[in-house]
Amino acid sequence: MSRRLNRIHIGTTTAISPPLRPRLSAAVAAGGCASWASRVTKLGAGGTIGGRVTLLLASDALTRLASGRTIVLVSGTNGKTTTTHLLAAALRQLGPVATNHEGANMPEGLVRALGRDRRAPYAVLEVDESYLPQVASAVHPAAIVVLNLTRDQLDRVGEVRQLEARLRSCFAGLPGTLLVANADDRLVSSAAGAAQRVLWVRAGESWSADGGLCTKCGRVVAAVEGPWSCRCEPDTRAAAWALDGDDVLTPDGRKLPLDLRIPGRASRADATMALATALEFGVPVAIALDAIRHVSAVNERYRVLRIGGLRLQLLLAKNPAGWLETLGLLSDREVSVVLAVNGREADGRDLSWLWDVPFERLNARHVVILGERQADLAVRLAYAGIPFAQARNIRHALSFLPPGAVDVVANYTSFRDITKELAHAG
Amino acid sequence: MPAESALRIGLVLPDLLGTYGDTGNALVLRRRLEWRGIPAEMIRIDGSDAVPASCDIYLLGGGEDASQDLAASILRSQRTFTYAIDHGAVVFAVCAGMQILGGDFAASDGQRHAGLDLLDIATIPRTRRAVGEIVVKPRSSWHLDLLTGFENHQGATSLGPAARPLGAVLKGIGNGAGQPSDGVVQGRCIGTYMHGPALARNPDLADLLLSWATGTRLDRLPIGSVENLRRDRIRAAHIPLPSGRAQHSLRSVPDRITTTGKAVPCAGG
Repeated sequence: MSRRLNRIHIGTTTAISPPLRPRLSAAVAAGGCASWASRVTKLGAGGTIGGRVTLLLASDALTRLASGRTIVLVSGTNGKTTTTHLLAAALRQLGPVATNHEGANMPEGLVRALGRDRRAPYAVLEVDESYLPQVASAVHPAAIVVLNLTRDQLDRVGEVRQLEARLRSCFAGLPGTLLVANADDRLVSSAAGAAQRVLWVRAGESWSADGGLCTKCGRVVAAVEGPWSCRCEPDTRAAAWALDGDDVLTPDGRKLPLDLRIPGRASRADATMALATALEFGVPVAIALDAIRHVSAVNERYRVLRIGGLRLQLLLAKNPAGWLETLGLLSDREVSVVLAVNGREADGRDLSWLWDVPFERLNARHVVILGERQADLAVRLAYAGIPFAQARNIRHALSFLPPGAVDVVANYTSFRDITKELAHAG
Repeated sequence: MPAESALRIGLVLPDLLGTYGDTGNALVLRRRLEWRGIPAEMIRIDGSDAVPASCDIYLLGGGEDASQDLAASILRSQRTFTYAIDHGAVVFAVCAGMQILGGDFAASDGQRHAGLDLLDIATIPRTRRAVGEIVVKPRSSWHLDLLTGFENHQGATSLGPAARPLGAVLKGIGNGAGQPSDGVVQGRCIGTYMHGPALARNPDLADLLLSWATGTRLDRLPIGSVENLRRDRIRAAHIPLPSGRAQHSLRSVPDRITTTGKAVPCAGG
């Protein structure tokens, strides 16, 4: 175990909580990120204003709270929360792990996760991809897991190639950090290629529409399956790990069944990334795999519940790539489908991406739609030729459906609305 | 056009100009023809394909800076595209797709690129990105409903004397240069900054393009879900709902789950 840890060169892997400065310590103990932030603001750097101050101070707090621990960051467009849960489960076999399991993945959420679990020697933190450079420079992570980079909330996050360029320069400046990167995602492999130490994992990807152009020479990259490659640069990404159907291929040539309790190809990709990372920290493969297999729900996602004669499975999908993966796991044509979309700030206010999702695949199912932006979805389905019913809320939606299995697919805030409503209803 | 030949809809470089869901415009046009019993064919033209000169309508969407530059250089090198447009093909171009059909355009890095000079427009970068709902009052001579879309761009597009704006901006930024207007009309080319996709939100505009391409006047095709969406989006932009036809044709979408009938929008087809 220690041999593997030493390979990481993280400097310190002590399990002893580092002494915090008294004021920070008091603030963390008082709990609550907002109160903490305001106290530090009082302490802090006087002249600067507003959100910028908070972020600067949060970065400083992040650095102090992260110091002396082994930090792993998990980022990418889709699968952050799932991978964080799986990796935290695996690393817990080594000792306590601080984690933002509830998915608050901006600096304030990371501060809270580290602050409430100060003695944990390990931390697995999911990080919003646009905050990754800032967070990485603050916490000096032992490893960064990068899952995929695809279009998401273009009105808020911006264009994905600009994000790739930012991450590339970030990774180039982190010589002590191991990148665990999905070699099958072209933008990830471009960005991670700038890092000095990369563990390549062929985790696959269903969505490829955002990696069409080489990030270096600007030419069209050959539209073939497999690792990114361009005429301007030979592919040197020898992958140590790979997802192969339902199995994972290990660096020593073994083929292990993943046998997850959570469904779908994307979950198996996340598990492969988590497993590869856990082994770098010295978790034996059998123990890591066992821990990963025991994860049955990620927050409320993948949760299965019974209501009357219905068996619901709750699925989250936030962008075209996520919806594509999710529609891919709705394999049984007998299953009814509830689709829910909102368009709040956290979802992105532009719903144009609905037209990038192949809803035509829902042919011959019972489909009910709901959510604040169901009007957008209704038009998309109308042009897809998919008959549907419209509902006010999840209870109303279920009233349309015959007994049997129901897949509920929702984007971010509508998923939250649905789980809240189902919880209230008992 | 002869009844037996399908109307050809060319989706131009969707791998480069397809970032903002604009490929949906092609599906909208195809369906609206099919529902009227007019055969239609959608032709996807990728970066490695030769652009056929035989399409009746060409569609271009929005894209990122690097893709936009590459798209412009690909289309500049393919004379068939400009030939088709010079010979009366209908063009609907959105955002980056519109910019490259003009003279120079500049990406957000400030670098200037040569466009195709098909439209008398030029684009320079805006300082602030224009992001949000946009509502446009189209040219009055067309008698179309208000246009609704979502814009997300950093271009300021000015129009030369040969080009006319698509309409006046009631909400949002649009071209962001000169009078508050959006888009461009020149010959049988229409450009706009509206995503959404624009033709899904604005069936009038879709049918205008189709009537140009077919050379016939098309009957209206009322679709309840489209009217609902238009009402939602125009209301979200804080624009008073127009009275008259839009409201008159407003219908709630029937619950179809228990019926085995046609898809929802077949009322007119």
